[in-house]
Amino acid sequence: MNKENTIQKNSNVSKKKKRKKGEFSQAVKRLSKRKSAIIGFVIIILLILLAIFADVIYDYEEDIIKQNISERLISPCAEHPFGTDELGRDILARIIYGTRISLFIGITANLISMVIGSIFGIIAGYWGKKSDMIVMRLMDVFLAIPGLLLAIAIVAALGTSTRNLIIALSISGIPPYARVMRGAILTVRDVEYIEAARAIGARHSTIILGHILPNCMAPVIVNATLYIAAVIAATAGLSFLGLGIQAPMPEWGAMLSTGRTYIRQYSYMTLFPGVAIMITILAFNLLGDGLRDAFDPRQK
Amino acid sequence: MLKFIIKRLAAMIPIIIGATLVVYLIISLTEGDPARIMLGTEATDEKVEALREEMGLNDPILVQYARYMLNLCKGDMGISYKSRNPVSVEIGARLPNTIRLAFCSIIICLVLALPLGIFAAIKQNTWFDGFCMLISLIGISMPIFWLGLLLILLFSLKLGWFPVSGAEKLSSIVLPALSMAVRSMASIARTTRSSMLEVIRQDYIRTARSKGIPERLVIRRHALKNALIPTITMIGLQMGSLMASSVLIETVFAWPGIGRLMIQSIMSRDTPTVMGCIIVLAISFSIINLVVDLFYGLVDPRMKSMYS
Repeated sequence: MNKENTIQKNSNVSKKKKRKKGEFSQAVKRLSKRKSAIIGFVIIILLILLAIFADVIYDYEEDIIKQNISERLISPCAEHPFGTDELGRDILARIIYGTRISLFIGITANLISMVIGSIFGIIAGYWGKKSDMIVMRLMDVFLAIPGLLLAIAIVAALGTSTRNLIIALSISGIPPYARVMRGAILTVRDVEYIEAARAIGARHSTIILGHILPNCMAPVIVNATLYIAAVIAATAGLSFLGLGIQAPMPEWGAMLSTGRTYIRQYSYMTLFPGVAIMITILAFNLLGDGLRDAFDPRQK
Repeated sequence: MLKFIIKRLAAMIPIIIGATLVVYLIISLTEGDPARIMLGTEATDEKVEALREEMGLNDPILVQYARYMLNLCKGDMGISYKSRNPVSVEIGARLPNTIRLAFCSIIICLVLALPLGIFAAIKQNTWFDGFCMLISLIGISMPIFWLGLLLILLFSLKLGWFPVSGAEKLSSIVLPALSMAVRSMASIARTTRSSMLEVIRQDYIRTARSKGIPERLVIRRHALKNALIPTITMIGLQMGSLMASSVLIETVFAWPGIGRLMIQSIMSRDTPTVMGCIIVLAISFSIINLVVDLFYGLVDPRMKSMYS
């Protein structure tokens, strides 16, 4: 009996692996045909490289936060291609270093939301009935408050700091993930291979981690890519309002907030950080859209 | 229809109670004793304790929340720490400005988004389609407060067509409303385009065309009605983002609305006003969603049957 079980399990696993590999490589193939998604992907890789090597290119203390009053408010020139700010700091250097902050917050908040939201989604989708009702009503309550507003409320209560910003953005990202994960689980919960796994007495953890999750990741990955864009926009927005990253850290939204004060005479200060935010969000949106189309079963 | 409205209303009440409770609990985490803030640092501990008792701050948090909501129903949201005026008066003075701004931006948004989406779909794979989708992609990716700053730079400082900030002149609303509209416009145009593309491939459209109905009428009478259903959902979703945008845009343009009041109150640690603003915005969001849902029921009979 045990032997039979093992054989069945093995054949199940190998079939699934084969199928999964096929689906995944098909999705990658479809993705590689979309020029816009490739452009997005390349920009994201460049941004990640910039973020990783920012402190190789610049010294944080010397180039990023040290004030240099003799060089304040210099318009774009050969030495300072994006000009300098009100404290004489090079705007290009601060924008490049800002990539690190935006991506760090975007990815961290996203991961936290993804893990917690997915757990809620699994509880709701896999066990269903009462737990589904309770979890989804709770998520509905959070969805009834616009995300940025919820984040503002949390930052207002906890105080402004990078940690609190990440907490705020993570919490507001949980309900969408829970919804996406629950929806994905509902589509695979009752298919034959899950029933088969149940029939051979597999544990819930094995069924969820080994069988359900790998087949539910597509919509979660799409949501993650698009949500990073939303988090980066929200980080910039909150910092612009004075509720996010605090001076002297080089955050794009905070740089725009300073630029606003000097908009009449030194408009270049409001130009470049905005372009950086836009390109980053655009890249994640392009990749997210491409992934959504690539994973969409209707495209097959 | 009445049954649908009543059922939808009944479903909304627990959501509003839940959302306001979440906001109340979060804002209650704010550091500092409200009684101490009101009396100042020099007040004796006895006085502070007496005020805490009087304000009901020693009661369990859920009792405090219930009391807050009952008072809210009577229009009482407490007293602002900063201005010493009732919060309801402060919010009441600014809410019409926020509503005016949101209304104007949704009008601009729809006037631009619907034709863009529809024509992009009709002219699929032409330069016009490509151009519309590029514009909408940029619109979605552009931080709205930055767009606001760019509009100020061009139309106020360079061309001098509109005021930089404030709400004194009639033309003051143009730039903030436009900046708020662009993002939602982009999302709505994309949704309209894709749902229109799906609809114009349906059999009944082919039937209409083969009957010899002019293309204009096929689009207007047959395709548009069905294509607009996902668009209405998107408009509902965009309301939330418009509300969040209002906080940013009101700050950029110094627009005297509830979003700006909220940010100013956060900066001056005026907790009752912050609480009032967020709760009013959260309730408004739920009400707008209800209206969108009711409208949805009106245009899509399948939706109504779910509730009957």
